[in-house]
Amino acid sequence: MNKDTSHINSLENEAIYIMREVAAQFENPVLLFSGGKDSITLVRLAVKAFYPAKVPFPLMHIDTGHNFPETIEFRDRLVKELGLELIVRNVQDSIDQGKVKEESGRYASRNMLQTTTLLDALEEFKFDAAIGGARRDEEKARAKERIFSVRDDFGQWDEKNQRPELFDMLNGEIDHGQNVRVFPISNWTELDVWSYIEKENIEIPSIYFAHKRKVFLRDGMIWSAEDGVVYRDADEEVIEEMVRFRTVGDMSCTAAVLSDAISISKVVEEIRDSSISERGARIDDKRSEAAMEKRKQQGYF
Amino acid sequence: MEVLKIATAGSVDDGKSTLIGRILYDTKSLTTDKLEAIEKTSKQRGYDYLDFSLATDGLVAEREQGITIDVAHIYFSTKKKSYIIADTPGHLEYTRNMVTGASTSQASIILIDARKGVIEQTNRHFFINNLLRIKDVVVAINKMDLVDYSEEVYNKIKSDFSELMSKRDYQDQKITFIPVSALKGDNVVNKTDKMPWYKGEALLEHLEQLDKADIFNVGTPRFPVQYVIRPKTEDYHDFRGYAGKVYGGDLSIGDDIIVLPSKTRSKIKDIYFYDEKYETASRRSSVTIILENDINVSRGDMIVKENDLPTIDKQFTANVCWMDTDELKPGNKYVVQHGINKVLAKVDRINHKIHPDYSGFEKNVTGLGINDIASVTFKLNKPIFYDQFKNHRTNGSFIIIDSQSNNTVGAGFIQ
Ligand SMILES: Nc1nc2c(ncn2[C@@H]2O[C@H](COP(=O)(O)OP(=O)(O)OP(=O)(O)O)[C@@H](O)[C@H]2O)c(=O)[nH]1
Ligand SMILES: [Mg+2]
Repeated sequence: MNKDTSHINSLENEAIYIMREVAAQFENPVLLFSGGKDSITLVRLAVKAFYPAKVPFPLMHIDTGHNFPETIEFRDRLVKELGLELIVRNVQDSIDQGKVKEESGRYASRNMLQTTTLLDALEEFKFDAAIGGARRDEEKARAKERIFSVRDDFGQWDEKNQRPELFDMLNGEIDHGQNVRVFPISNWTELDVWSYIEKENIEIPSIYFAHKRKVFLRDGMIWSAEDGVVYRDADEEVIEEMVRFRTVGDMSCTAAVLSDAISISKVVEEIRDSSISERGARIDDKRSEAAMEKRKQQGYF
Repeated sequence: MEVLKIATAGSVDDGKSTLIGRILYDTKSLTTDKLEAIEKTSKQRGYDYLDFSLATDGLVAEREQGITIDVAHIYFSTKKKSYIIADTPGHLEYTRNMVTGASTSQASIILIDARKGVIEQTNRHFFINNLLRIKDVVVAINKMDLVDYSEEVYNKIKSDFSELMSKRDYQDQKITFIPVSALKGDNVVNKTDKMPWYKGEALLEHLEQLDKADIFNVGTPRFPVQYVIRPKTEDYHDFRGYAGKVYGGDLSIGDDIIVLPSKTRSKIKDIYFYDEKYETASRRSSVTIILENDINVSRGDMIVKENDLPTIDKQFTANVCWMDTDELKPGNKYVVQHGINKVLAKVDRINHKIHPDYSGFEKNVTGLGINDIASVTFKLNKPIFYDQFKNHRTNGSFIIIDSQSNNTVGAGFIQ
């Protein structure tokens, strides 16, 4: 098949333009790196934007301590290969310092706790801009997000009072203490990201591809039974299935999907035909209809 | 695949969000989990139909009040095209968001409630669409189910609207009328049999065959320098590249260029996109350009073709959409961001304001309130390099920033 890439090229051009605006308009930007496909895409775009110079900002990973081991291993290799600077801040430290309290029970997750660690880290390093891989197609509150999204001193999102963004013009003026969240791939869909990964031949962690895994079923979703991170009742039976993950957030809130897509092109095919949205496999969004908006107001990505 | 960016406009409750939700539903773009969420909420609220506006009204306050407060960007595709639809708020106080949505769109859909007909908001939205020179405008006359699918009602609205059309400045704008019911799905994705008198296409059919009328394809190449790339590594010791996006036209190796404001002449030596060399940097590509001579170029400078200069001036007059509650007044100082270039600006005078009902102009205006549109002359602390908006969308537009609040308080289109 002769693939028409004009759409993905224009998205790439837009994202590179945004990366360059960040470097030019802010004193101390950072790229938030989760090890997932969206942030891997961001890294690729950043590298392309400044080539042959180095990416002029560090990466930062807010580690929940519940990441898939494949993601961490991948992260460290990527950083090394590209000669990037990586900062890691741990949710475990915030827990140990008594700043946040670990959730317990069946639906316990560290996903919410990330926000505190993130805000503390932004303050610690005095970052004035944080680049993230959120996309507007992911979730209905995210569909409202600007490309340059201003956060107040408390990291909060004032969703009803956002700056208008016209044409290409990005207004990064802020007061001391405020910061801007930047979303260069706002206009990409999940399929666009996968098509780009395929086109650019970008390496991604193995858990995105179909693999055999010990899992158990709950609420119609498939949970990993490996690594002991996801709480499992004794009567929840462990089975082995061919699965893959569509997002690689915190293990405790990321469900797997049945799949036999073992290559990028198979993944692209699968997404194209899928009738469930990407975040449909995220339990954190299912907590309530406004789950995402509430988290965002508090400073979550 | 072609991409079509569309903005919606219309007064509050005219059915914009419902229309978009309906398009998503009928094109099977709603995933099962999203559809379930809509079904669940519609049921909880005791509706006897699916409330499709729930697909796009993503904020809690929006769903509570049943209105759209902020622009949402919605993505879907058919076999033929990818679509990005901006669902904009109809509420008067959110006009700024409507301008925002329209600024990046190739086409727009103006909704009219068939029961209400052409109202002041319709005038305003049509005026803004015309001011922004949107190529294709669809006037969707909605809620036809509530007027018994009456041809008479449709014709009356069409003729009222045509009166507005005669007054517009940008006459080449193409306007298409379609009677629809967003709620019932008539003439949205599929043609209905309820209005046999209507011989045209359903809304999506119409959008499917719009030409790729590229709104950005006007004018001549402008290359605002965004960022200077100096690796200072052993391998690239003397590398000095100018990173930016090409607007309006193409630039090629060998082109004779001038750097503004210094007016230094040079030639394009190399064009890079990442590690690949190109002969030509095409319009809207984010490239890195290397010049023949070692001249001093920094962010905010502009590279243009030698025989194709923009206007270089310390003042200009523009149509301004004012978006702030604090008034714009003569003598006020702001930051004008023209592309990536920021300059200090002072309001010299307000020439005239568009009448709130768009019937004409108002002279002797002392200030602009939120949502006002007026012709304003600015004086700048240093020259910018601009084109008229009608000749160059990107190089003819700017935003106004309040240096106290840092907010974007207005947008302008240079006359
Ligand atoms: N009968 C009927 N009702 C409709 C139709 N389209 C929309 N509605 C109803 O009109 C009301 C407003 O619809 P919305 O889609 O929220 O309107 P909107 O234009 O998005 O409003 P704002 O975003 O607040 O400006 C809802 O109760 C819809 O169900 C239609 O074609 N027929
Ligand atoms: Mg709406």
